[in-house]
Amino acid sequence: MNIIEARGLGKCYGGSWALRECTLAIPTGHVVALVGPNGAGKTTLLNLAVGLAAPTAGTVTVLGGQPAGSGAALDGIAFVAQDTPLYKNLSAADMLHMTRNLNRRFDDGYARARLDELGIPLKRTAGKLSGGQHTQLALTLALARRPQLLVLDEPMAMLDPLARHDFMAAVMTAVADHGVSVLLSSHVLAELERVADYLVLLSSGSVQMAGEVDDLLASHRVLTGSAADADRYAERLNVVHARRGEAQAHLLVRMNGATEPVPHGWEAHPVSLEELALAYLREPGAAALPGPARDRPQPSELTT
Amino acid sequence: MTTQTMPAPPNPHATLRPLPWRRMAWVAWRQHRLALAGVVAVFGAPAVYLLISGLPLHHAYAAVTACRPAGSATCRQVAQNFLNAHVHGVLVTAGLLQAIPALIGAFVGAPVLAREFETGTFRYAWTQGFGRTRWTIAKLAPLATAVTVAAAAFSVLFSWYYQPIIGAGGGDSSPLAPTIFDLRGVALPAWTLAAFAIGALAGILIRRVTPAMFATLAVWVGLAVLTGAYLRPHYEASLVTHNANAPADALVINQGLSRGGKPASLDMINQTLRPVGVEAITAEVFRAGPSTPAGFGDPMQYLTAHGYTQSTTYQPASRFWPFQWIEGSWLLALSLLLIATTVWRVRRRAT
Repeated sequence: MNIIEARGLGKCYGGSWALRECTLAIPTGHVVALVGPNGAGKTTLLNLAVGLAAPTAGTVTVLGGQPAGSGAALDGIAFVAQDTPLYKNLSAADMLHMTRNLNRRFDDGYARARLDELGIPLKRTAGKLSGGQHTQLALTLALARRPQLLVLDEPMAMLDPLARHDFMAAVMTAVADHGVSVLLSSHVLAELERVADYLVLLSSGSVQMAGEVDDLLASHRVLTGSAADADRYAERLNVVHARRGEAQAHLLVRMNGATEPVPHGWEAHPVSLEELALAYLREPGAAALPGPARDRPQPSELTT
Repeated sequence: MTTQTMPAPPNPHATLRPLPWRRMAWVAWRQHRLALAGVVAVFGAPAVYLLISGLPLHHAYAAVTACRPAGSATCRQVAQNFLNAHVHGVLVTAGLLQAIPALIGAFVGAPVLAREFETGTFRYAWTQGFGRTRWTIAKLAPLATAVTVAAAAFSVLFSWYYQPIIGAGGGDSSPLAPTIFDLRGVALPAWTLAAFAIGALAGILIRRVTPAMFATLAVWVGLAVLTGAYLRPHYEASLVTHNANAPADALVINQGLSRGGKPASLDMINQTLRPVGVEAITAEVFRAGPSTPAGFGDPMQYLTAHGYTQSTTYQPASRFWPFQWIEGSWLLALSLLLIATTVWRVRRRAT
């Protein structure tokens, strides 16, 4: 079952494409990091997935084939939007009551216990909570719905480092206890590196890299060798990004398999997720898009 | 995936039974109780004023009804004195009350959806299990009903307040006159509902509270003025009389002189009046000159004697209720159309 499946998905705002030709198949049970620079189309993709926006082109389904925004999709997806909008004049208790009324499932006991644990007074209005408490309240409301998929748009923008840690801990507890799939966006990959096991990299409205983090790391290597040989090898390899010095060249290469031989005189190093993401973001032409539910694209363009 | 979330692969064609409407009742009440308090205030404060000033008005009117023999010159004078004393104040009050539907539209209708956009809370509300289409209906329907019922009650109260003026002969004011007609009968609730619906649609089109409020005021005022000036006088074919005195309580649409079946221009009239030195300023207002013979009398009679006929186009006061139903019906249809458009926009809307 795919938690999100997009085919040729595109969204056009007033003549410019915020997202185009997005094809994705994210299996269930992952913590998915949606990463990209500001304006890459992250929020657009999330809005399409939760049914707030209607696609201009293509289709998007969630929870194993439910159209985004349909009754079943709304029922199974909890969404915490950017800046965690809540009714400022309503108390935390009222927000609980409202969310319970608006949904089929709502674990009131869990929500109250969690707010109590966080020291968020039930009687205080949402507008008077601190940024961290506000975000935690929004997350509590979402988790208490017991969703199959939790979608978080830039959830940690308002939080200090300690609150970020608490926030991610709460999300990961829900993953461990209830098997919820999580899709969260950020323009800072470092925030998500430790928790995400699936990465979707967006750049200027298109998906540049998508896959399980372990697979992505396993299929990329940094090759270091003589700069003089670099061009010769670059023709034979899937070079994502090349960095050349006077004598040495560093080629970030997508391997066709873990066993692909390393050229003589060159050294292969594993790559970190951040390095990988940055390399792809620097090379808009490069793409690594695995996924069984879609047409496999041509091997990534050779770029140097 | 754990056992909790995956009992069976969900069928894409399975439709969940919608959540019951009553779940939204608490939500709508909790979110809009301030707006409802506003509705009570907007209608309640003027209602208290109408009661306080209406009681002495009815008390004074008792002298008119008690006058015997009814219809005698004395009694006509009593009625005229009553009108002289009170009609001005009543008409000023009626003029001020015109603002009520506009206020309801701007302060209750416009913010319902506009505030959700302004604060971003629509992204919370529209992603809950209830679904945004039904969420919108569950908010708009009770509020629309509340403002309509409040306006209907208020129109009954205003009719009671205004009754003595009609009973005493109406002064110069017809029950079809713009500022009176739309405060009575079904017109007031219909105009209030229309204002609310205009506000709701403006809210989702503009998505900002203050601009949506101003747009609501502008559109409602435009619609009300155009209706009073151009639409209402033509709900039914108007009547024409050549009698110099059209019924006092009729809504006069047009008054003019004609000769030989053609409308008379001011020049024609002045030519006719030149021998007696009278100048016509308009077709109804005349000024005597130095050469006007003493005891000349009514210039209108003089003109009639010289082949002019006065014609008055009017709507009789007896058409009050047919006109009320016509206006109420089309406003109701318009309001439902606007609310349906609002719901459709919510359904269709892409962020």
